[in-house]
Amino acid sequence: MLSRTAASLYWLGRYVERADFVARLVEATVRLDALSATPAGEAAWESALRVTYTDEAFAASGAQPDQTNVARFLTIDSGHGGSIVRCLDMARNNARAVRTALTREAWTAINRAWLLFNSRMRPGNAMATLSLVEAVKAETRGFEGAILRMMRNEAVWLIRLGSAIERADNTARLVDVKYHLLLPEGEPVGGIVDRDQWTTILQTVSAVTAYRWLYSEGLRPNLVIDLLLTRPELPRSLAACVEETVEMLNLLGKRTGLQGGADRMARARLARMHKTRTPEVIVGGLHEWLGAFIAENLALDRAIAQQFRFI
Amino acid sequence: MGDTRAFDEIWGHGGPVNPREPLAMLANWIADTPREELARRLEAAENTFRQLGITFAVYGDRDAAERIIPFDIVPRVFLADEWARLSEGLVQRVEAINAFLDDIYGERRILKDGVLPPDIIFRNPQFRAEVIGIRPPHGIWAHICGIDLVRTGPDDFFVLEDNARTPSGVSYMLENREAMIRLCPELFRSFRVAAVDSYPDRLHETMRSVAPAGAGSRPVCVVLTPGHFNSAYYEHSFLADSMGIELVEPADLVVDDDIVWMQTIAGRVKVDVIYRRIDDDFLDPVVFRPDSLLGVPGIMSAYRAGNVTLLNAPGNGIADDKAIYSYMPEIVRYYSGGEAKLPNVETYRCREPQALKYVLERLPELVVKLVDGSGGYGMLVGPTATRDEIEQFRAALIAEPHRYIAQPTLALSTVPTLTEKGLAPRHVDFRPFVLTGRNGVQVVPGGLTRVALKEGSLVVNSSQGGGTKDSFVLLPEARQMQAMGGMFQQQELGS
Repeated sequence: MLSRTAASLYWLGRYVERADFVARLVEATVRLDALSATPAGEAAWESALRVTYTDEAFAASGAQPDQTNVARFLTIDSGHGGSIVRCLDMARNNARAVRTALTREAWTAINRAWLLFNSRMRPGNAMATLSLVEAVKAETRGFEGAILRMMRNEAVWLIRLGSAIERADNTARLVDVKYHLLLPEGEPVGGIVDRDQWTTILQTVSAVTAYRWLYSEGLRPNLVIDLLLTRPELPRSLAACVEETVEMLNLLGKRTGLQGGADRMARARLARMHKTRTPEVIVGGLHEWLGAFIAENLALDRAIAQQFRFI
Repeated sequence: MGDTRAFDEIWGHGGPVNPREPLAMLANWIADTPREELARRLEAAENTFRQLGITFAVYGDRDAAERIIPFDIVPRVFLADEWARLSEGLVQRVEAINAFLDDIYGERRILKDGVLPPDIIFRNPQFRAEVIGIRPPHGIWAHICGIDLVRTGPDDFFVLEDNARTPSGVSYMLENREAMIRLCPELFRSFRVAAVDSYPDRLHETMRSVAPAGAGSRPVCVVLTPGHFNSAYYEHSFLADSMGIELVEPADLVVDDDIVWMQTIAGRVKVDVIYRRIDDDFLDPVVFRPDSLLGVPGIMSAYRAGNVTLLNAPGNGIADDKAIYSYMPEIVRYYSGGEAKLPNVETYRCREPQALKYVLERLPELVVKLVDGSGGYGMLVGPTATRDEIEQFRAALIAEPHRYIAQPTLALSTVPTLTEKGLAPRHVDFRPFVLTGRNGVQVVPGGLTRVALKEGSLVVNSSQGGGTKDSFVLLPEARQMQAMGGMFQQQELGS
C-alpha cells in the first residue's frame, strides 16, 4: 500500500469519528439546554466549545454563546476546523484521494454525509439542528457498516486505527471538560450533581443504557468516570480505544510486517490501563491524568505516522 | 445549424412516426414511456451520479467546484453492421497512427518520401525532440485512443479528431451503461446490446502486454493522476479501481538509478507500467517544463532506459494535432496501403494559399479552428458568429494562416433527447475507445456519446454545457434472434 494512501485512510478514520462525535455532542447539548434554566444552558454550550477546542475561535467571532450560534458554529460553519462540515470535508478529501482503497459503498457513505451540508447553509432552530445531527450520525453509521463489508485488510485496519486514536482523544476531552465544569465550586468529588448533566455526558458517548447494565445504581459521577475510563465493554471508553489501538496495530503488523515504536507504546499503555483504578485516578487528580493520556495519545499518533511512513 | 433535416440516429429522416426500420422497437419505447416516467428515471440517475461523486471539476468556479455531467436517458444506437464497418475503419486509423509515430520519431520515411511537408512536423509544438530515437516496448505508442466521430447520414461517418494523448470519458461510457441497466432494464430485454464492462480487463491486459522486457511475469501496473483536484480525477480513480491497481500521484513515485519506484508502507516497490494521465509538459520537470510542480523528476530517463512503459507514449501529440489531422487520409494511405475507411471531415489548411483564399471568401459558412486549441475554445462557428467575430478571425487568418484550419459546418446527426419541452432531436458526436497492445488493436463495442443540450447547438463539450448518453452497439442479427429464441418459439406455438 502506498504511504500516502495509508495516511489518508488513517485520517479518514479520524475525521469521520470526529464528525460523529461533534454531532453527538451537539445533540446532547441541545437536550441539556432544553432541560436547564438559562444560565446553565449557556454554560452547556460553552463547555461544548471547550470539548472541541473551539472556544477561542468562537470567542473571536464575537457571537453570543447561545444555542443558535454555537450549534451553527459546530455544525455548518466552515470557518474553523472543529465544525462537522469541515470534518466531513476533510474526511471526503481523504476518501477521494484513496477512492481505490475503498469500496463504492464506503465512498458513497462519506460522499452522502458530505452532501448533507451542500444544501444546508442556514442556521437552524433546535429541531433543524437535531435532524441534521441525526442525519450525520446515520451517515457515519452507514460508513462504519460499509467498512465492515470491505476486505479485511490494511485499508480497513488503518481506518479503524484512526478512529480508535480519535475516539480516545474525544472521550478524554469530554470527561476532562465536563467533569470539572459540571462539578460546582466547593462540591466534593462524588457529591450530588444534576442528574441531567451526567446523562448528557453518557448520551454523547451513547452509554446511557450501558451504564444501567453495568452499574445497578443511580447516576453517580465517579461511576460515570469509571465507565468512560476503564470499562472495555463500552466502545467509546478509553479502555476500549486503547485495546482497539493495540488490536489494529497487531493486525497491521501481521499483514505488513511493520511493527515498531507505535506497537510498543500502545502495548505499554494497555498494560497500564489494566491496572488503572478509578478511585485512585480521582484522588490523584483526574485532570492531570487525562492531560497525560491526551499527550500520550498524540505521541502515539506521531509514532504511527512514522511507522507507516506517512507522507 | 439546427437543421431539422439532420439525420436522426433513431428516427432517421422519418421523424417520430416513421423511425428507422430496425429501431422501431426503440422508437416505440420512447413514444410509449410517459415523459414523467423518463424524467423520474433521469433524476434517479443524476442523483446516483452525484452520490457516487461522478463529477468533473470546473476551474475558477468555486461555488460549483464539482458538477455532474448532464445525462440523457434515451440511448444512441449502432446497428451491428454499422459498428462492424466503423470498427474496421478505427483499427486501420489507429494502426496508421502508431506506424506514423514510430516512423516520425525514427527513420522518418514519410518525410523522405515527400508525403508530408517537413516543416509541419519540425515547426509543430507537439513534436517532442526529446523522444527521438526512443523505441517504446513493442513499438506501440498510442495504446489508448479516443477517436471522435460525427455522422451526417446513414452511411456517412467522419473522423472529427484523433485523441492519442490522454483521451478521457471511458468512465462515463461504463457508468452510463450501469445507470441504463438499472433504470431501463426493459430496453436490454428488447435489444441485445454488446457489453462494455470488459473494458477495464482489456485495458489491464493491454498494460501488461506492453511491459518492459525486464518486468517479469507479473508486471506492476499503476495509473498516474495529477491528483484529486484534477477535473478527470473520478475517471482516474475509477480506472485504477476497476483494474485493481494502485492510483498514484507524482509524490508517490521516485526515480532512482533509472528505475521508477512507488513509496509504500513497506518501502519501495518497482513500477513497470504507468498509465499516466498527466500531459507530456508536466510529466518530468527535468526534461519538459522545469517550472512544473507536478511530475516525477527522472521518469523520462527511466523510460529512455527501457525500464518503464508509459501509456500513452510521450510525443504522441504530433499524431493528433489539428494541423496533422488534415493529412490523415495521406498518412493512412501511406502506412496501410489502402484508402482510409473512415474519412476526415473536409478540411482546408489555411497555410496553403489556395485554401486560404477559399476560406476567406466563405467565412460565414465555415468552422475555423486554431490548430492548437481545444475544448471549443479558439474557434469560429461562421453561421452563428457576429460580423465582428468574423472580421476578427479574418484578420487573424491573414496574419498567421498556418495556425488555422477550416471545415464546413456539418449537419451532425441527432438523437431524441429529453428536454423541458419533451423529447426533441439534439446533435451528438461519438468517441469510441481503441486499445492497442502487443496482441493487436481492439475496439470496445460502445463509447461515449456527447450531446449538445441546447436546441440547434453543435457544441457538445462538457465544459460548454454538453451532456452524455449511453451508446448501444447491437449484436449481429443472428445473435439477436438466438438471444430472443424463447420468445420466438412461444410465438410459433401460439400460432
